[in-house]
Amino acid sequence: MKMTENATVGEKRSGRNEKRSKEPLLHITKRTDIPLSRAIIIRAVAVVSALVFGGIVTIFLTGDNPISIYVTIFEGAFGNSTRIWFTFQQIAILLCISLAVTPAFKMRFWNIGAEGQVLIGCLATAMCMFLLGDIMPTWLLILTMTVASIAAGIIWGVIPAVFKANWGTNETLFTLMMNYVAIQLIECFLKIADKSGSNTVGPDKLNNGWLPNLFGQQYLLNIVIVAVLTAVMYIYLKYTKQGYEISVVGESVNTAKYIGINVKKVIIRTMALSGAVCGLAGLLLVGGTSHSIDSNLADNRGFTAIMVSWLAKFNPIMMIFTTFLIVFLERGADEISSKFGLNSSFSDILTGIILFFIIGSEFFVQYQVHVNKNHRIFAKTRKER
Amino acid sequence: MFKKIISVVMAVMMLAGACVGFSSCTTDDETGKGMSESPLAAPELSKDFEVSEDFKIGFIFLHDENSTYDKNFIDAATRVKEALGLSDSQVIFKKNVPETNDCYVAAKDLASQGCDIVFANSFGHEQYMIQAAKEFPDVQFCHATGTRAHTEGLSNYHNAFASIYQGRYLAGIAAGMKLNEMIEKGEIKAEEAVMGYVGAFTYAEVISGFTSFYLGAKSVCPSVTMKVQYTGAWYDEALEREAANALMANGCVLISQHADSMGAPSACEVKGVPNVSYNGSTYDACPETFIVSSSINWAPYFMYIIKCFNTDTEIAADWCGGIEEGSVVLSGINQDAAAEGTIEAINDAVAKFKDGTLHVFDVSKDNYILKDGQKITSYMADVNTDADNTPDTEVIKDGYFDESGARSAPYFNILIDGIENVNTKF
Repeated sequence: MKMTENATVGEKRSGRNEKRSKEPLLHITKRTDIPLSRAIIIRAVAVVSALVFGGIVTIFLTGDNPISIYVTIFEGAFGNSTRIWFTFQQIAILLCISLAVTPAFKMRFWNIGAEGQVLIGCLATAMCMFLLGDIMPTWLLILTMTVASIAAGIIWGVIPAVFKANWGTNETLFTLMMNYVAIQLIECFLKIADKSGSNTVGPDKLNNGWLPNLFGQQYLLNIVIVAVLTAVMYIYLKYTKQGYEISVVGESVNTAKYIGINVKKVIIRTMALSGAVCGLAGLLLVGGTSHSIDSNLADNRGFTAIMVSWLAKFNPIMMIFTTFLIVFLERGADEISSKFGLNSSFSDILTGIILFFIIGSEFFVQYQVHVNKNHRIFAKTRKER
Repeated sequence: MFKKIISVVMAVMMLAGACVGFSSCTTDDETGKGMSESPLAAPELSKDFEVSEDFKIGFIFLHDENSTYDKNFIDAATRVKEALGLSDSQVIFKKNVPETNDCYVAAKDLASQGCDIVFANSFGHEQYMIQAAKEFPDVQFCHATGTRAHTEGLSNYHNAFASIYQGRYLAGIAAGMKLNEMIEKGEIKAEEAVMGYVGAFTYAEVISGFTSFYLGAKSVCPSVTMKVQYTGAWYDEALEREAANALMANGCVLISQHADSMGAPSACEVKGVPNVSYNGSTYDACPETFIVSSSINWAPYFMYIIKCFNTDTEIAADWCGGIEEGSVVLSGINQDAAAEGTIEAINDAVAKFKDGTLHVFDVSKDNYILKDGQKITSYMADVNTDADNTPDTEVIKDGYFDESGARSAPYFNILIDGIENVNTKF
């Protein structure tokens, strides 16, 4: 609105039409606030366009009709009860890691080390199962696994935080490096635990300490734990003093210092929390789901989680929807590549298209695009009039 | 205007020139004799049973068609699908499934889609297949190259392999004939008949393979020796090329390999050193040096398990297909590289395999299989899988080493005289 007024002023000042034509066709303003309904519509349009565009690409590559492609996507995620449980289990793990990265990002601490923190949690769990599996009763083993995985996650999160808080090191590079250290430690464990060179230690060797089934369902416990965690994280961030401190440090470190917040303490405490939740995700992955470990077990979810968290504007409840969407589409894309005999890269292409649209939609939620009606391409119509 | 006419004329002339050029290429006569018919081809598939309409089979492959190992499985499955007239919804492929929990997830997903049989093709898939087999007792789980079906005690879990050592032996004969030719022509002396072998790992599968290859060569060229270099990877083109080059630099005059890339064959083509290949013909890329290739044909096994399921027959815990079943096949022989009489010598040996008079691992023959100059009279092999690889089964029977008799996957792992390991770290 303001920009449009400026344009009019400029026109008067110059008093010439040519000046007008030099102005750009489009200009962009930041929305100060947007009605919720409008934001939801924009996002819905993005999802629908992503599906349409993804559908067109799929039709082009498979020659199948679009309806059957969408049916295939749906079947991939919800085709039968096994798939439904698996989809919800995948949602639970991704959501758990997204919850883990959220406090740090809200504090503007660029933690891209969730992958490593999850993996080190996986490693701690697997080592407990491997070394203590035969000498401990199951309940004690599970307790040890829980403590070990969370502790490992905390250590992996706190190391870069301490360096950042005390010496101002770059946390992005530091957390990134910690990922590689975790991966190498797992590789080392694999070589020691399984001498056949298979690059994985599986249910054969990790045969104790499996998290119990709830009501006969293997994945239900994971889902319940993450559901509870989501509620707790929501309350922690929104209603507790510590949650408030995180927001203040994130908005402005100087403000935080001015009002007497111990910034160092907040940074270290928050990263410990992030690491702990990542460690827990590692426990759920190894103890509750795969009963095996390999260096790709986290499957880049430590990075996907960052996107989930940002898309949801750090709101744990919103994250349920973003993880749901991403996992649903991934499972569907997987099924498409299997059913139509396409290379597995195809599912990556589809997921890429979808994420492009969703992330793109955030631009339109945050900014408004104005068309300059005085632009020269409209000049002709004006003359005719 | 003039310029335009000139340019049009020039363009037409160039186009005509190109046409002449291309057509002259196609009319060029091939100077070589090219590939022969295969002396041991894959048999035609015939359908001698009814497949129920709601029958479904799911396949789990480690990679996709870009790997020669997986392509061999995928092609066989596709041929069986066509021979039996199965629809797309009855045959489900899952490619690029790593040897991790993903394999369990894929197997479980196939079972939940109503597959009656789930097949996986890589060694490392085994424990995840067993995990899924325990969970779905009504689904048959079949696994190639695995070792645990005979001890696991699951009625719905099965292993399969092929007596590919017979195929390697036949390929070895072609190699031996070539060495003889080189000796006769005076290119090398008899004691310089050194072959090189690029292996992936020091596993029994590889050792069994190169030993039978060596024995095939030795059966026609008694003075042959062999050097083996391992790469520590099943698919690493650079390492395989490097290993082949190192072997050639160390005096090897013929190369064979057990690894899945084109590294070794293409290194041979560059140096003009004869190559005996594996998993399928490499003639197209190496027309000067390719001699012959042996490979496993998985189609007979797929037919067998589908037939068993549809005729209510138990699938054997261990199944090892041989020449008789059509599981061991050879490519055609490159008559430009192979020695005279190779096809006849191979045909001879195939006939002897069929009537049971020839055993690859015959320990009673003189000057054939020796360990430290002595014949082998007894050998305890590690047949039953355990953590410490304890030898547990006597495998020397009736004067020969009974490879794949006690379980389908190979277990011959003796380094016999005449074969030297260049490196053993894998």
